[in-house]
Amino acid sequence: MATYQNIFTQVQVKAAPEMGVPHLDGSEGRLPFTGYSYWMGKIGQAQLGPIYLGWLGVISLAFGGMALFIIGMNFAAQVNWSPQAFMREFFWLSLDPPGPEYGFSPFVPLEKGGWFIMTGAFLTISVLCWWARTYYRAKALGMGMHIPWAFASAIWLFLVLGFIRPMLLGSWAEAVPYGIFSHLDWTNNFSLVYGNLFYNPFHALSIVFLYGSALLFAMHGATILALGRYGGEREIEQITDRGTAAERGALYWRWVMGFNASFESIHRWAWWFAVLVTLTGGIGILLTGTVVDNWYIWAQEHYYAPTGENYDVSDAVAGASGQGK
Amino acid sequence: MALLSFERKYRVRGGTLIGGDLFDFWVGPFYVGFFGVTTAISALLGTALIFAAAVEGPTLNPWLISINPPSAEVGLGFAPLSEGGYWQVITACAVVAFCSWVGRQAEIARKLGMSYHVPIAFSVAVFAYVTLNVIRPVLMGAWANGFPYGIWTHLEWVSNVGYAFGNFHYNPVHMLAITFFFTNALALALHGGLVLSAVNPSGGTNVKSPEYEDTYFRDFIGYSVGTLGIHRVGLFLALNAGFWSAICIVISGTLYVGSWIEFWDFWKRIPIWS
Repeated sequence: MATYQNIFTQVQVKAAPEMGVPHLDGSEGRLPFTGYSYWMGKIGQAQLGPIYLGWLGVISLAFGGMALFIIGMNFAAQVNWSPQAFMREFFWLSLDPPGPEYGFSPFVPLEKGGWFIMTGAFLTISVLCWWARTYYRAKALGMGMHIPWAFASAIWLFLVLGFIRPMLLGSWAEAVPYGIFSHLDWTNNFSLVYGNLFYNPFHALSIVFLYGSALLFAMHGATILALGRYGGEREIEQITDRGTAAERGALYWRWVMGFNASFESIHRWAWWFAVLVTLTGGIGILLTGTVVDNWYIWAQEHYYAPTGENYDVSDAVAGASGQGK
Repeated sequence: MALLSFERKYRVRGGTLIGGDLFDFWVGPFYVGFFGVTTAISALLGTALIFAAAVEGPTLNPWLISINPPSAEVGLGFAPLSEGGYWQVITACAVVAFCSWVGRQAEIARKLGMSYHVPIAFSVAVFAYVTLNVIRPVLMGAWANGFPYGIWTHLEWVSNVGYAFGNFHYNPVHMLAITFFFTNALALALHGGLVLSAVNPSGGTNVKSPEYEDTYFRDFIGYSVGTLGIHRVGLFLALNAGFWSAICIVISGTLYVGSWIEFWDFWKRIPIWS
């Protein structure tokens, strides 16, 4: 009765590291730093490396590191350079954007938010170089551009939050601060100030795709693992030359829910769901405060906000705060 | 209903868990089985009750229809249908339907000679639902703590219950669950994108082999988890997202009462740096 459920790799083969297929263009060489991890081999591949750095990778890591360094030094300065205080206050420390009195000016004294603008600029350079890396690495291998396009969707949300929306509203103060609790406070206050973000339909869509991504990856990951004895993880082979793994996977969902994807189309579902999380999220953020000032009122005007007679929240609130029965 | 071209040879008898050959048949594309019958009964009854409750309610605007749990005075008792009783019976129907669906997934996995990852995975989602609308209300002592069945009113519930704990973003388990959700979406985009980019290559070149997938990711981040590993990682991320979501709400109001903001005061009192 006990059957192997394909949770861990049971037998590992150790050989010389694979150094990768040749680049089609004049990419720089790969750095031959390789390693081998037995425990990572339990889940996935045991091989670490080789490393491809390239000039885009160097620029990206340098600017990303600089951004982190500026944030860290600002944190340290805020606690008067005390390591104990740095640890004690770490979650509460924050590098904040300039106040509203500076508008969207790029010239702000460093300690008044100039560091924040510089951090954002460095982070943006880092992220855009990393995007170019996703593009050129795919190009160097003759692969499609699906990962660069997907990453662009994430960058869209990043730029809306930290640059486009503050620009449209003419104030850096609208941007998200760099800090653990401070960015959560920003999120919380953003919802409160604009009349409850739950009533923003694009926020709702973004959550649908976020949860849908979890659902899809659970379904897809579980299906492939459950097809382990038929070689289900050999997806490219099953896409180009359908075998019993793809047939069983398709029939599984057809028999469960009356509909099935194919081994290729499930990856299109996956790609679109994940991409739409940040695409719709960015639209929702961009509309807030620019086009719509209060999502609750907007929802009432469009006949979808609940009134007291539909749902009385007092019981939920009383219960949740420990005052229920 | 037309069969897929290769379907007939897979439609064989056997593999059922309950009922032997009695329900071992298909309706259109759907496999039935014992659990299909229990799914159909509970799902149809629950859906019919949703319509019945909606008709009795104050509105037929689909966005505004809300079937609410009983008020706090009812505690864990039974409420009259129109005062939360519908919600109670619909919840029971939902639990039966979801559990039957798990059983159906297990039977179909057996029929196709597959392992049980899918029913195990779906039971985490069922666990999350049961946690929200059965376990936590029982622990709190009132069905009133369940969420209402309405498109926008269940969001109203999330919003209000969150603020009842000060700021739910400060709930450390909520942080963990969100981290898993975001990481899951990232991994899904990368996996979907990688497979599509291998089988839809640029410039009319040949389809790329898994060696190209590995090479892309090693060039990209210095590590490729591999074709089998990514599905383990994805399943792990997705299930943890659902599991910790359930945990973050079930501890709120039971193990932890008050503001999650104040929860973090402990950090400042750690002796090393206090």
